[in-house]
Amino acid sequence: MELLLDYPTLRVIWWALMGVLLIGFALTDGFDLGVAALLTFVGRNDAERRQVINTIGPTWEGNQVWFILGGGAIFAAWPMVYAVSFSGFYLAMFLVLSALILRPVGFKYRSKRPDPRWRAFWDWGLFVGGFVPALVFGVAVGNVLQGVPFRLDSDLRSFYEGPFLGLFTPFTLVCGLLSVTMLLTHGAAWLTIKADHGPVRDRARTIGSVTALASLALFAVGFAFVRFGGLGFSLDAGADIAGPSNPLRSGAFAAPGAWLDNYSLYPWMIAAPVLGFLGSALAFLGIRMGREPLAFGGSSMAALGIISTVGLSMFPFILPSSIDPRSSLTVWNSSSSHLTLFVMLVVTVIFLPIVLAYTAWVFKVLWGRVTLDSLRTNPDLY
Amino acid sequence: MDLAVVELSRLQFALTAMYHFLFVPLTLGLSFMLVIMESIYVMTGRQIWRTVTRFWATIFGINFVLGVATGITMEFEFGTNWSYFSHYVGDIFGAPLAIEGLMAFFLEATFVGLMFFGWDKLSKLAHLGVTFMVALGSNLSALWILIANGWMQNPVGAAFNPQTMRMEIVDFQAVLFNPVAQAKFVHTVSAGYVLAAVVVLGISAYYLLKERHRAFAIRSFTVAAAFGLLASLSVVVLGDESGYALTDNQKMKLAALEAMWETEPAPAGLTLFGLPNLETRSTGSEIKIPYVLGLIATRSFDQEVEGILDLVAVAETRIESGVIAYDAVERLKTDPENLAARAQYEEHKNDLGYAMLLRRYVDDPRQADAAAISTAAWDTVPNVPLMFWSFRIMAGIGFLMVAFFATAFVLASMRRYETRWFLRLAVLIIPLPWIAAELGWVLAEVGRQPWAIEGVLPTFLGASSLTVPQLWTTIIGFTVFYGILAIVEVGLILHTIKKGPYAKSEDQHPVDEPAGPIPVAAE
Repeated sequence: MELLLDYPTLRVIWWALMGVLLIGFALTDGFDLGVAALLTFVGRNDAERRQVINTIGPTWEGNQVWFILGGGAIFAAWPMVYAVSFSGFYLAMFLVLSALILRPVGFKYRSKRPDPRWRAFWDWGLFVGGFVPALVFGVAVGNVLQGVPFRLDSDLRSFYEGPFLGLFTPFTLVCGLLSVTMLLTHGAAWLTIKADHGPVRDRARTIGSVTALASLALFAVGFAFVRFGGLGFSLDAGADIAGPSNPLRSGAFAAPGAWLDNYSLYPWMIAAPVLGFLGSALAFLGIRMGREPLAFGGSSMAALGIISTVGLSMFPFILPSSIDPRSSLTVWNSSSSHLTLFVMLVVTVIFLPIVLAYTAWVFKVLWGRVTLDSLRTNPDLY
Repeated sequence: MDLAVVELSRLQFALTAMYHFLFVPLTLGLSFMLVIMESIYVMTGRQIWRTVTRFWATIFGINFVLGVATGITMEFEFGTNWSYFSHYVGDIFGAPLAIEGLMAFFLEATFVGLMFFGWDKLSKLAHLGVTFMVALGSNLSALWILIANGWMQNPVGAAFNPQTMRMEIVDFQAVLFNPVAQAKFVHTVSAGYVLAAVVVLGISAYYLLKERHRAFAIRSFTVAAAFGLLASLSVVVLGDESGYALTDNQKMKLAALEAMWETEPAPAGLTLFGLPNLETRSTGSEIKIPYVLGLIATRSFDQEVEGILDLVAVAETRIESGVIAYDAVERLKTDPENLAARAQYEEHKNDLGYAMLLRRYVDDPRQADAAAISTAAWDTVPNVPLMFWSFRIMAGIGFLMVAFFATAFVLASMRRYETRWFLRLAVLIIPLPWIAAELGWVLAEVGRQPWAIEGVLPTFLGASSLTVPQLWTTIIGFTVFYGILAIVEVGLILHTIKKGPYAKSEDQHPVDEPAGPIPVAAE
């Protein structure tokens, strides 16, 4: 059967869509994670904490689907990537799962009982539910940039050969902290929009301006690590970009510093890190000056820029192997079949705009600041 | 491969999936009952129906959140614990999961917040629309998950590709309209509707017994009685058996749950009672109803329902044929252009999965002796006593539900809401639909063993290359964590029931008005 788009084009589209989903996750659920991690710091008493929770109360559930869809889409479009990364990062995934389960339950159950100890327990549960995923995602991305210790046998079964603690190196910790500060900034910016003028908003602004500067610094440190720490992999010449998805048929090798090669090859890609730096700076200014659209726009731009930087620097690699570079997963060797990529693209082109439309409508209906007063009068609030 | 890792991975998947399914059926059913209740509110404009809707929405919310939270585990467990499965069939199996996220899960999750927080921000009709979207989203979600699961039971529309060492899609429509998936969907969502109706009826009965919130309780009672009657009929009539004639494994599943060792002359009888014996490979003390099984399973008078012994013989020949296909694939690995190997593969490719059953005993299936082949053929028989009893208990509860809701419906039509023996029964019966639903999954999934994908990939090959300590860490972690959440959830639901439907400040506790005309809902 002749399909409208050829195999390499579809692979690049799905590589980009994977980025779109991860960025969608960071932009929407990202501020939920940030707000949850800020909860105990910006809210000092029960009323303030309820105010914080209700800024994200009605929308976190929909936002979280970006994460679940991200997982599903990687499964459908990049099954090998899904298989190798999720089983390789086994205990880290379990940590993230536990934190992500704690979070919805915390939102829903916290305010159902008046007991202060009950509420304090869930408040810290929500902190864990926001902070741990933010940290682990960053650490995981750091590990992907370094190369993951896995190899494939001739049946394409993957074996992970690294200890759990091996996930934490200075570089991956920098990535983890960058992820945390980026999402804290995003969460703080959201609070400046949604929380009524008062102590919560003031504290969010204080913390947000610090984390925005910290993101700026950590992003720069990350770059220094990549440049001087010699991270990178390269493909053998003449890779078959339309070939069957079998990593063992292509070759790759560790090439220190190669992650920066794409920027000389395709100079337009420099836009991504520029957005990352510029966005963090604008978020800082917006938060300092009390300009909410600038603050939230800036933190969104930062997330977009930083995540795109990772993806573009590694292209066409998705999951390089540190112990057996030949097993590395790339855009050209680990996708689903041509037909699956095409069918899934059609489904996405139809449904993603619908999702965006009704999500926008829901946000519009719920528009407006959460006041301390409304907590007393509206029995539906958490 | 480490068989301890395989068994622990199965245990963890079973625990987390069965736990997840404690919450899912209530979401499926209660969401549509909310639509019915709110529709009556919108049509009649009577405040009491708003109270009814909002109370059940509170219960729905407490339950929904755990369904969603534990669903995240399911979405990622294929990758974490079943990574070879994910590689091997992700090209087909991943698509319905991703579409579920895009088409269904987004819908329910985005609108559910507005359902709770939008009462004052939306018109009555718009809010009803939002509630409907939540119900539609959760039920569509079940559809896509069951398309994925149905494909594991009957892997249509796909073929093995030796170049990529995995299954790849050839016919997307076949996957979509898989008859096994269709039967599963109807059966599963109907079971969810029954479960929700039992919960609503049971809690309403509790209020009537305690003589509290009568106006609220009789209305909920009536909706649940009508909805439950239709749903319980649908569960039993549209059972899951319609797909059981389709494939060797489905036939084996049927034979196992009937503990039917020998093929009987058509149409076969249905065993009501018996004592399956694995040693003698026979079933003692049988009580049979003639003809019924043949009619249900084959929808005919003249087709045979095959017994376990005959199906094992079929498996043995398929293993022998599969070894030839396996040999071809191994040669194609090193020499993809080998035409002879390709021809050999084409001739035997449908049995490739059967050769892989041998890998439990030998590293290379080509080295297997006759004894190994015979043992592997017997591996295709799932746990017969477990299947046999699970089916009887599940089906028994199913028929009990029909009788129960028929009685409830008659009582509601006659306005006899004070029939105390029935009210007590309605409270006591609450756990039964959960037992039936979980046993339904036991039948579906234990019945599919030894396959992860029937005829294609044995379960033991699908597991990730993990270690035993890793698995114990997560199994203990999940058990403790999920256990605490279960206690919290049950506590909160009981707390909500105790506070009653008028706990929210703005609903005034009305003087219990005489019931007035109650529309019989749930057409």
